[in-house]
Amino acid sequence: MNGLAQSPMLPDLYTVQQVRRETDDTFTLELGLAAGRQPFRFLAGQFNMLYVRGIGEVPISISGDPGSPETLVHTTRAVGAVTRAMRTMKVGDMLGVRGPFGVGWPVEQAVGHDVLVVAGGIGLAPLRPTVYQLLANRDRYGKIVILYGTRTPADILFRKEVEAWRARLDIEVYVTVDRATEGWHGNIGVVTKLIPRAPFDRTRTVAMICGPEIMMRFTALELEKRGVDTDHIYLSMERNMKCGIGLCGHCQCGATFICKDGPVFRYDAIQGLLSQREI
Amino acid sequence: MHTLEPILAEHPFLKGLKQEHLALLVGCASNVRFEAGAFVFRQGQEANHFYILRDGKVAVELFAPQKGAVAIDTYGEGDVLGWSWLIPPYHWRFDARAIEPTRAISLDARCMRTKCEDDHELGYELMKRFARIIEQRLDATRWQLLDVYGVRS
Ligand SMILES: Cc1cc2nc3c(=O)[nH]c(=O)nc-3n(C[C@H](O)[C@H](O)[C@H](O)COP(=O)(O)OP(=O)(O)OC[C@H]3O[C@@H](n4cnc5c(N)ncnc54)[C@H](O)[C@@H]3O)c2cc1C
Ligand code: FES
Repeated sequence: MNGLAQSPMLPDLYTVQQVRRETDDTFTLELGLAAGRQPFRFLAGQFNMLYVRGIGEVPISISGDPGSPETLVHTTRAVGAVTRAMRTMKVGDMLGVRGPFGVGWPVEQAVGHDVLVVAGGIGLAPLRPTVYQLLANRDRYGKIVILYGTRTPADILFRKEVEAWRARLDIEVYVTVDRATEGWHGNIGVVTKLIPRAPFDRTRTVAMICGPEIMMRFTALELEKRGVDTDHIYLSMERNMKCGIGLCGHCQCGATFICKDGPVFRYDAIQGLLSQREI
Repeated sequence: MHTLEPILAEHPFLKGLKQEHLALLVGCASNVRFEAGAFVFRQGQEANHFYILRDGKVAVELFAPQKGAVAIDTYGEGDVLGWSWLIPPYHWRFDARAIEPTRAISLDARCMRTKCEDDHELGYELMKRFARIIEQRLDATRWQLLDVYGVRS
């Protein structure tokens, strides 16, 4: 893909260039582009199918900077066979990549608006490219507010970066944890608690939410309570995928294919699906 | 003379309350301040106040044997702290400790209970507002118990 005219079902091989342990169960792989290969252009919110030889393929969002397409970055939580195998990868190992797939966050539509980014757990990874874009074009947006909820202080993803964002004077960043540990003086409680008093203008805000479905559902409800229109709320759905390109039907819900119509959806278009159990 | 009425009227918890009810509340209200580390209340003590937080941060803690004080929630600007004053036997169920210098308006519980008995409209209005707070906190607790970031939900 990405410039190479080949089947979308055929992975390109990439070499692991850097491995970063983020938290206990999350890690970031930076993949290098082979000499002569086109930069890997993608939209914030898009994902790739990552293939570990002999084990399987999984959809993982791109967590790097769309402005730096010469490196391809994914941040993953190890939960099962494929992601655990990815966690054992070392510099120099090979990984198959198909993509980028899906539609991205509404970064362009949000120009001139306040932007509210709400992330839960590993959900910060698919939103990070958006944050890079918003910050790179800071003057095109109104207020930028990031709300991030995670399990414990030790689970804070991209900790140094989050701290750097918090230190900026031109954005507001609030972090909350479900369970505090010794030495934590920040907020405790679910991320929705931060919404009623977050400093954005409800009439001109575009909200982007990513996290576990239950967290996204409650967040969207809280935003509605606060007066944000449902057509200004976007979220990223995570359902099981196989092909990633709308062929196999694995991620199909009615007429909607999460892989190609999403994973980012406008809330009013997906509201019904959020309460539907995974098939 | 400055009264606390404008501050109470602007607080999210009391916004939209009738003027006459606000005036009743002011009679039970006083300004308080807690330094970082100071207890606002302790588990088991009589719940003689509730607090309209203006700024700062307060952690609600539960003391668990072998674990010590476990912070389970935090409240800050715009929040209300404490509803044990409303429900017999009017004892605090948790500790609350300021973790930042915190300014609040303290409302005297006995004074409030008497006023709510005397004026049921005020009592019902406050009860509705507290019921919403209790519902939100129950929802949040259930959600926290699910450990949503840990397992696929
Ligand atoms: C569009 C899209 C983007 C995604 N982006 C990311 C990303 O950026 N980073 C990332 O870490 N993951 C992401 N995921 C989720 C990721 O694809 C799955 O975690 C992965 O497929 C699991 O594969 P596995 O073989 O390791 O585990 P499996 O063998 O499939 O599952 C093993 C066990 O883990 C559970 N499990 C599976 N997925 C998850 C999950 N997401 N959370 C908790 N438990 C789970 C299963 O229910 C099962 O019990 C994304 C998914 C989609 C659809
Ligand atoms: S994953 Fe095959 S149709 Fe979506």
